[in-house]
Amino acid sequence: MYDKLWLIPFFPLVGSIINGLFGKRFIRNEAAIGAIGTGAVFLSFLVSCSCFFTLLNDPVKVHQQVVASWMTVGQLQVDWGFLLDPLSALMIMVVTGVGSLIHLYSIGYMHGEEGFYRFFCYLNLFVCAMLMLVLGNNALVMFIGWEGVGLCSYLLIGYYFEKKSAGDAAKKAFVVNRVGDFGFLVGLFTIFWTLGSQHGVWTLNFVEISENAHLLGFGGTVVTVATLCFFLGATGKSAQIPLYTWLPDAMEGPTPVSALIHAATMVTAGVYMIGRMNVLFAMSPTTMTVVALIGAFTAIVAASIGFAQNDIKRVLAYSTVSQLGFMFMAMGVGAFTAGIFHLMTHAFFKACLFLGSGSVIHAMHHALHHAHLDDDPQDMRNMGGLKKYMPITWATFGISCIAIAGIPPLAGFFSKDEILWWTFGSTRGNLLVWGIGAITAGMTAFYMFRCFFMTFHGEQRTHKKAKDHVHESPWVITVPLMVLAFLAVVGGFVGVPAALGGHNQIHHYFEPVFGHAQEVYKIGIKEALEHSHAAEYGLMGLSIAIAVIGIGIAFTMYLKRPELPGRFTARFSQLHRWVYNKWFVDEAYDVLFVNSTKKFATFCWKGFDVKVVDGVVNGTGKLVNVLSTALRYTQSGLLHNYALTMVLGTVVMVAIFLLQ
Amino acid sequence: MENLVQIALQNVNLAAIMPSLVLVCFGMGLLLINVFLPRGTTRPAVWISLVGIVVTAVVTVQGWGNPQYGFSDAVALDNFATFFNVTFLLAAALTILMSDDYLRREGYAVNEYYPLILFTTAGAMWMASGTDMMTIFLGLEVMSISLYVLAGFFRGQSASNEAGLKYFLLGAFSTGFLLYGMALIYGVTGSTRLTEIGAYLNSHSSLLANPMTLAGLVLLSIGFLFKLGAAPFHMWTPDVYQGAPTPVTAFMSAGPKAAAFAAFLRTLEYCFFGLKPEWSAMLWVLAVLTMTVGNVIAISQTNIKRMLAYSSISHAGYALVGLVAANEIGYSGVLFYMLAYTFMNIGAFAVLILVGKQGEENLTLEGFAGLGYKRPLLGVAMSVFLFALMGLPPTAGFAGKFYIFAGAVKAGYIWLAIIGVLNSAVSLYYYLRVMVYMYFRDPTEDYAWISLPVSVLATIILAVIGCLYLGILPNEVMAMAKTAIF
Repeated sequence: MYDKLWLIPFFPLVGSIINGLFGKRFIRNEAAIGAIGTGAVFLSFLVSCSCFFTLLNDPVKVHQQVVASWMTVGQLQVDWGFLLDPLSALMIMVVTGVGSLIHLYSIGYMHGEEGFYRFFCYLNLFVCAMLMLVLGNNALVMFIGWEGVGLCSYLLIGYYFEKKSAGDAAKKAFVVNRVGDFGFLVGLFTIFWTLGSQHGVWTLNFVEISENAHLLGFGGTVVTVATLCFFLGATGKSAQIPLYTWLPDAMEGPTPVSALIHAATMVTAGVYMIGRMNVLFAMSPTTMTVVALIGAFTAIVAASIGFAQNDIKRVLAYSTVSQLGFMFMAMGVGAFTAGIFHLMTHAFFKACLFLGSGSVIHAMHHALHHAHLDDDPQDMRNMGGLKKYMPITWATFGISCIAIAGIPPLAGFFSKDEILWWTFGSTRGNLLVWGIGAITAGMTAFYMFRCFFMTFHGEQRTHKKAKDHVHESPWVITVPLMVLAFLAVVGGFVGVPAALGGHNQIHHYFEPVFGHAQEVYKIGIKEALEHSHAAEYGLMGLSIAIAVIGIGIAFTMYLKRPELPGRFTARFSQLHRWVYNKWFVDEAYDVLFVNSTKKFATFCWKGFDVKVVDGVVNGTGKLVNVLSTALRYTQSGLLHNYALTMVLGTVVMVAIFLLQ
Repeated sequence: MENLVQIALQNVNLAAIMPSLVLVCFGMGLLLINVFLPRGTTRPAVWISLVGIVVTAVVTVQGWGNPQYGFSDAVALDNFATFFNVTFLLAAALTILMSDDYLRREGYAVNEYYPLILFTTAGAMWMASGTDMMTIFLGLEVMSISLYVLAGFFRGQSASNEAGLKYFLLGAFSTGFLLYGMALIYGVTGSTRLTEIGAYLNSHSSLLANPMTLAGLVLLSIGFLFKLGAAPFHMWTPDVYQGAPTPVTAFMSAGPKAAAFAAFLRTLEYCFFGLKPEWSAMLWVLAVLTMTVGNVIAISQTNIKRMLAYSSISHAGYALVGLVAANEIGYSGVLFYMLAYTFMNIGAFAVLILVGKQGEENLTLEGFAGLGYKRPLLGVAMSVFLFALMGLPPTAGFAGKFYIFAGAVKAGYIWLAIIGVLNSAVSLYYYLRVMVYMYFRDPTEDYAWISLPVSVLATIILAVIGCLYLGILPNEVMAMAKTAIF
């Protein structure tokens, strides 16, 4: 089965090419385009399934397939190679599984859009790139995927490119990501060069890097610098402080894009990358601490911004940033399994939330359009009481909110609780991180239910002309919602901790990937806590209590006493202003980086480029042109001149040789 | 008498010349068949010649890894020859594919064209597999005489006649140098076998400094340098390339040029390895001169066919860098480059044929204005070829230049590599100008005359595939090129 690995990224690539080349002129039919796009990803999903289950029953857990040799330069040999281990197997399941559902959903959501074919072409291309990213057996193949998903993200955020805000958001995402990519490359070359020149291991292959990582020495400068650079790359892709500002703006793209790329898959690339290089990260406690702290701060800052947003997609965007912060917290304290576990459960419920919001926006848009109103269809202040119109969307959205809030026995509870347990009890744990994590969990419950109540419950604030045009979405939209909601319910059962009588299967599943680093570098739950269920029960109780409190406050403020939020904002108007304006981080970046870069660029352009560079270049060009015209006259067209030139050349050459 | 026959027959090994034998048989057969074809019926000839090339290719490929020597070591069908033979056959096949419609359009749908291409190819094959100066000379003449006719094939057009005649006269002139060089070398060593010459010079090292040897080397080189169009023996190329029918130009600049490289490379390496420093120094200067002259004059051309002629000179210069390097990567780089150049150059000429309009009226830069919008697929294909000619990734041109310049750097000729790269930068100017016209100028024509015959389309598609394949996955072919050199 493993020799079929290449098929997994291949199908979406073919789908993308077919729709891209023939979609506009030849296929045209929306159903056919949608079927090709969805079918391609679904085929990948089938192959992924078979790989996944083969691997599950296979005692050998690491398989590589080399499709072709890519380049050989000096000592370096790079292949088009794929790597299947438990980590990439889980990732391809998530990417193709959630991807298939979102493709199906898009058929309904994008119905009637101009450039329908273009959307599916990009979306397929994205899935292909993402699969390359997770399946690559060496850092360069991963990097192709890494850049590929960045490109597709840019194309899809800017899908409505006639809108200036969409174009700007796309550019912002691209530029911010470039900063991160720079870090990734520097880290890569640091490792490559050090391993090669000092230890004679010239490789970019992940398996070989992991095997030889110990040569770099535990806690060494090189490892720390390189992993910090990698982490910079991760902050770009996964929207962490300081590079998180692009993600909320990325909501300019169509909602399925937000669901697939900016919630379920691409943004988790940073987490995946740390998982892939866990041995390197485990060797640098400094980096691990940085990762955990950055994750924690991102989590709480983003959650706080989520409090005050009124655009339903922005709330979800900040929630994504915050949840990614949780994953990095996990990676930082050595809870690699918990981090990837949360990645998976988050993919289910966050995709469901985004698609649910899309369903709402879709309905609102049509209703408002029908009534000839130009109210914002994404503003929750125009919603409320939608439950009775959209029962399926309501139910699935609600389930996902409970899941993300961390109420047992839904998926989010198990993964989030595992993370909090490790931040508290791990040998690399940190009480500060744990504290922030616990508070953020409560905040998450609050703002998610704020969003839920504002959208589906309470008084209906939609303009009365539009009210009755709100309808439940068609089956292509609701079926993916239901599947994802189901996964959000049961997805956590693979990681039921021993304390609750479970077997924590996912922990054993990841043993071959993370076990080595955790064992060698002594990462695990502290011995004192390891067998004490009491502490674990206590923490669980606490986190459930926090979640319930968060939901309770939301319930009080937005359902029982809707006048409270207004009074609250009036009372703390300064605080609200800061939170509402996202702590003015964008403005600060504008002043610090954007404007100063612009000024510097203007100087370079007018002062240096126009005067010096252009002068030299144009001068050279003129010189060559003059020379060219002069030389042209030697080509007289006369045969005897040509013969004479040959003779002269011969004479000179013979003379030089003989007179040496 | 009987004894003599036996001795001679023992040395005959037909397997060593099998590919060219097959090809020549097809060519002869075609000449005979042509007699029975009504005038203007060319399709059968096209098909037969294509079949001939395919059969030859099959025979050729089977020789890979299975070297055959024959005719008292005058012919060697080793990997080196096979690699080049494949290049020649590719060039011939692509040329034939794009010729028919062109010849018909220009009113010269004459069947003799196809056997001539096959004979040229056979001549080129003997040059690549010649291990005796006489074999090489024989191949060179078979190839050249067919080419003289092909260059002047449009006998009603003065430009074509001029091209044929100029090429013939200067070619005869250069053959004089070549023969004179061979005679001198024979005089010094008493043999025409390349290996024997090499061994003799090696064991009598005082002869290496002998003026007669040196003069022989120089004159011999000039014969080859003329064929591959290196400065200052390049003067014929622009006139001949411009005047000859476009497919012939495409073919000449790919196949026969590669043949000259093959014979030159083998001669230098077999006979004159003792004089490596000397000829390296000589070729260093000539490579720089060739690259620079070709590129600089190309800048001021407005006729694209002529521009490509000068560009072809500069590409010979790049390939010479590989000979200067004279190491594994340099030599195999030359092999690789000739193959890559076949794809990109013939592809570019194929586009030229389509855009050219009847009577080749539309070959100026202005004639390409807005082509990229009016004919998007042709525009993309032309862009691929131009990118390859510029040497930009991910095309074959990049990989080829990379290997050749890497060979130069490895051999310590860092300045040569730098000059080569600077020359590539200069060449961007005139290649990109075509793209500027294709994409940044408003169309002045509707290009209604462009039809896309399947055969020309096939040429273009094959060339695009070749350019991209060799550019993205160069490793395999490069590994083969490495096993092909000595």
